[in-house]
Amino acid sequence: MTAGTPAATRLADLFEYGLDAPICLTWELTYACNLSCDHCLSSSGRRDPRELSTAEAKAVIDELEAMQVFYVNIGGGEPTVRPDFWELLDYATAHHVGVKFSTNGVRITPEAARRLAANDYVDVQVSLDGATAEVNDALRGPGSYDTAARAMRHLADAGVRGFKLSVVCTRHNIPQLDAFKAIADEHGAQLRLTRLRPSGRGADVWDELHPAPGQQRELYDWLLAHGDRVLTGDSFFHLSAYGEALPGLNLCGAGRVVCLIDPVGDVYACPFAIHDEFLAGNVREPGGFTGVWRESELFRGLREPQTGGACAACGFHDSCKGGCMAAKFFTGLPLDGPDPECVQGHGEALLAGRSADRSGLPRPRADHSRRAAPPRRGPVPVKLTRRADLDRPPVSACEENPLAGLRLP
Amino acid sequence: MPGIDIDRAWDLHPRVSVRPEPFGALLYHFGTRRLSFLKDRRLLDVVRNLRDAPTARDACARAGVPVSDLPRYGAALGALARSSMLVERTP
Ligand code: SF4
Ligand code: SF4
Repeated sequence: MTAGTPAATRLADLFEYGLDAPICLTWELTYACNLSCDHCLSSSGRRDPRELSTAEAKAVIDELEAMQVFYVNIGGGEPTVRPDFWELLDYATAHHVGVKFSTNGVRITPEAARRLAANDYVDVQVSLDGATAEVNDALRGPGSYDTAARAMRHLADAGVRGFKLSVVCTRHNIPQLDAFKAIADEHGAQLRLTRLRPSGRGADVWDELHPAPGQQRELYDWLLAHGDRVLTGDSFFHLSAYGEALPGLNLCGAGRVVCLIDPVGDVYACPFAIHDEFLAGNVREPGGFTGVWRESELFRGLREPQTGGACAACGFHDSCKGGCMAAKFFTGLPLDGPDPECVQGHGEALLAGRSADRSGLPRPRADHSRRAAPPRRGPVPVKLTRRADLDRPPVSACEENPLAGLRLP
Repeated sequence: MPGIDIDRAWDLHPRVSVRPEPFGALLYHFGTRRLSFLKDRRLLDVVRNLRDAPTARDACARAGVPVSDLPRYGAALGALARSSMLVERTP
């Protein structure tokens, strides 16, 4: 719901110039994770020795309170494996910063679930990428389906209503959308679907895993049919070029309304853009997070009006805006051109022109994958190479769709 | 869009937080987890005046809203009330 005077400019246009504080702030608390998902956007696995201490994390929360950041999307790695996770969660909510956190469920015991049920300022998202163990565990690792299922049961039993069942859409789970919805309904949860992006380890598997062109259409129709009842974190706005705009703010928010604080305090334009190119600064600098958000040259640049490039002539540019910057960047496409999944097919044509060995594609800045699981390159059959002790949730980001239900003029 | 009864007393919902922005303000309701927007600074002034004004009409007048604009501001307040951002209060 938008409240304003009719004469006002389109709000999405105003947002393009940025805000005094982010709306969709993701904060990844640790690179450590008990799992090792193939598509992990932050290439997590091992803790980084430079991760923010408890005191430093609290100082960040103090800043967020002063900036009136309404809530943070906490992820990782697996945030709950940080020994001070619950302390930080309580500290944030006591300081008027709401917390939405993503978890693979590993620490959601009955006791933790009861604790969460008692805090009005916390939302939980359980990550699951297959409606069956077969599909899920192929991507997230053996046992990860059962871990998530157990966590959801504990949350439901503790009376946590409306927690999120968070799914990254892939070629293998698009046929399961109805089944995901049923699982969510069964637990009194809300389904949240987000886009697979070629970020982190996701870059290595994106070609084989991203929804096939026909499936994009299937997804779009399914989303239209379910409207506001399914959250998307505004991540499928490139699909609006099929015709009708999907709910949400159709805009790449990177550096404008979205940003990431990573476990070592580095600030990036978007959680899906962990690369030097999108690194704006570090919260340990004298100006803190506030200084980075308001003053960084990178962010100022992103807040300038963007040209449509090759997309400018497209009739859908108004709603699609050329799609996702991170998806273009990590697939090696020009940032001012079409999205790799452009529904007009322009992205496919460009992808086909890349070198076969994908050499020269940008690599993420930080790779904390377990040493035992070296980053893979090139096509890998998805059902191979799982280790029981690996995987992490494809945490997201700007994804909590704060704009659910909002209809922009 | 139907407005609210601007001759009654209103206030922000106690769980709503208001953050001024260059274009107006952002509102976040910690209960419904919804965001809303005030698209201009004058509307922000109106909303801030609600608490101490005996009526919404008075809050508008204090913010300098011309009488001819009252229907538009009333409609904007109505939208906020429908999303539970505003609640009626006993004056
Ligand atoms: S880069 Fe992609 S994921 Fe990040 S804010 Fe832009 S559209 Fe969203
Ligand atoms: S050409 Fe560009 S704007 Fe048009 S649909 Fe494709 S990505 Fe979107």
